[in-house]
Amino acid sequence: MTTFFDEVQEIRKRYPAGARSATLPALRLAQEKHGWLSREAIEETADALEVTPAFCYSVASFYDMFHLEPVGRHTIEICTNLPCALCGAQKVVEAFESALGISAGETTADGEVTLRAVECLGGCGYATVVAVDHRYRQNVKAEDAAEIVEGLDA
Amino acid sequence: MPEQKVLLAGTDKHDLTKLAEYQAIGGYGKGLERARAMTSEELIDELQRATLRGRGGAGFPMGRKASLIDRKSSKPKYLVVNADESEPGAFKDRQVMAEVPHRLIEGCLIAAHAIESTSVFIYIRGEYLTEYEILQGAVDEARAAGLFGGVEITVHRGAGAYICGEETALLESLEGKRGQPRPRPPFPPIQGLYYAPTQINNVCTIATVPTILTIGAEEFAKTGVPSSPGTAIFSISGNVVRPGNYELPLGTPMRELIYEHAGGIANGRELKAVIPGGSSVPALTPDQIDVPLDYDSLGAIGTFFGAASLIVVDDRCCMVQLALRSTKFYAHESCGKCTPCRVGTRWMVQILESIENGTATRADLDLLDSVGDNILGKVLCALGEFAVYPVASYLHKWRDEFVAHVEQGGCPFHGSSSLEGILAPSDQHAHAEVLV
Ligand SMILES: Cc1cc2nc3c(=O)[nH]c(=O)nc-3n(C[C@H](O)[C@H](O)[C@H](O)COP(=O)(O)O)c2cc1C
Ligand code: SF4
Ligand code: FES
Repeated sequence: MTTFFDEVQEIRKRYPAGARSATLPALRLAQEKHGWLSREAIEETADALEVTPAFCYSVASFYDMFHLEPVGRHTIEICTNLPCALCGAQKVVEAFESALGISAGETTADGEVTLRAVECLGGCGYATVVAVDHRYRQNVKAEDAAEIVEGLDA
Repeated sequence: MPEQKVLLAGTDKHDLTKLAEYQAIGGYGKGLERARAMTSEELIDELQRATLRGRGGAGFPMGRKASLIDRKSSKPKYLVVNADESEPGAFKDRQVMAEVPHRLIEGCLIAAHAIESTSVFIYIRGEYLTEYEILQGAVDEARAAGLFGGVEITVHRGAGAYICGEETALLESLEGKRGQPRPRPPFPPIQGLYYAPTQINNVCTIATVPTILTIGAEEFAKTGVPSSPGTAIFSISGNVVRPGNYELPLGTPMRELIYEHAGGIANGRELKAVIPGGSSVPALTPDQIDVPLDYDSLGAIGTFFGAASLIVVDDRCCMVQLALRSTKFYAHESCGKCTPCRVGTRWMVQILESIENGTATRADLDLLDSVGDNILGKVLCALGEFAVYPVASYLHKWRDEFVAHVEQGGCPFHGSSSLEGILAPSDQHAHAEVLV
């Protein structure tokens, strides 16, 4: 079985020697493995990249897709930028909030689902765009929220 | 004018994510062969004669950019494709990657040949997972088929940061760092990725290149208008009947796109505003929509072609709320490097909030203008301008509405605006800001 360390070394080979370009891919891999970028995940990444944990932390904190706090096993991300907003994204946010019993920005008490509003996902013509575990659902209406929540695998 | 498919040619009848189907319609054929038979100078000359203007925002001619590459440098040359597409309103690059990934790859091979590069990076925004999988699959298939001719193409995923679409921030991010723009000069053609000469182009720019080589620059330039030849994929979103992507010749009247292709304003409402280039550009009023959709015509009326992405706004929308939601985005995405941008955008949010909730005075409208003026020209990259330009246009063109907020002590829409209560990501995790 390839270890995390080995996988990161494979990624590093895609870039010139000495480059730090594997930082984002390695952090992504660590996050996939740990669920979020815990101290342990950051340290493991830093070791594999031969950089300091502080460097990894500073990079990770810059990007919205890296989680420096625990998140739910599932994520539901609703675009609320202008085009989606003009077509009723706020109603979609509210429908998910009531289907899950939490506010946007929160995780359900059982740690299963994180709900958040996000900036434009690049699907503006198919409003409202909702990323469910990073897969886009387009033309989502408030009525669809309950079904999407029920469809999350247990 | 009907749709005219160049970038998206063949997608109606074929699954062009498959190499064999792309080759069946001439892909990796005559265009690539012609390019490879040319010297770098001949190829750059052909691209310059096509006057292909960059589709990522600034409209700089692609061939001219290639001619600026420091070819005497002893360092490797790099081609970087900007697939970070995060401008609100834009979703065209995504369709190209999902439906015609091989046209983008073929464009990379030709453009790499032009600048004598053997190393190409495609920086794709992290959220585009499905598109990444399709593109990576196409890269692997084309490489396995022996089409790369010594070139290597690496697809590199971002991780959620709008600023990484700015070319020097993209380079920093690709180097594994925080995505903060670099001071210029030096410009990327002299010192870009790993401090080596680098050509950076948008997905649609590069995906147009195979067609230029296949039909020739002169034939290519017959479509569109002389100052902006070719077609562009226009993303149209907001309050229209048929939002989506439409590939049209440059110079097509905006009215035709909105009323014919996109079916006009939805729900029987009235047109109020069009933000023509993605949310970062000055908006147009309904009497301005006869403008031809090309770089110079839009520039002549004080706005920008930008990302060829029109956001159509109907009469239910409160322009103060529009300004506020827009500014929250740019404030959230400011990388924080320049004080006028970092502080100024947050200040704009506060002033707009006070206008919307009725606690502002007329002096605050002038203050909003002056905060904007203090960002313009005093920052490292164009994000600062992207925050200010649209808001300044809303304030000046819909000034009555801003004044009404002040005079009535609140929003004249009384809760009926289409943007009422819209949540912004920055509203929900304020604590995360502390970490940065
Ligand atoms: C804040 C900001 C965001 C940008 N985002 C993008 C983007 O997502 N995609 C893109 O192609 N260009 C973007 N640009 C423009 C790039 O800096 C650059 O001009 C472009 O990639 C060059 O390609 P082109 O000449 O083919 O248009 C952005 C610019 C700024 C200032
Ligand atoms: S203008 Fe804003 S986004 Fe651009 S470098 Fe300065 S702080 Fe960063
Ligand atoms: S505004 Fe929602 S996907 Fe672009």
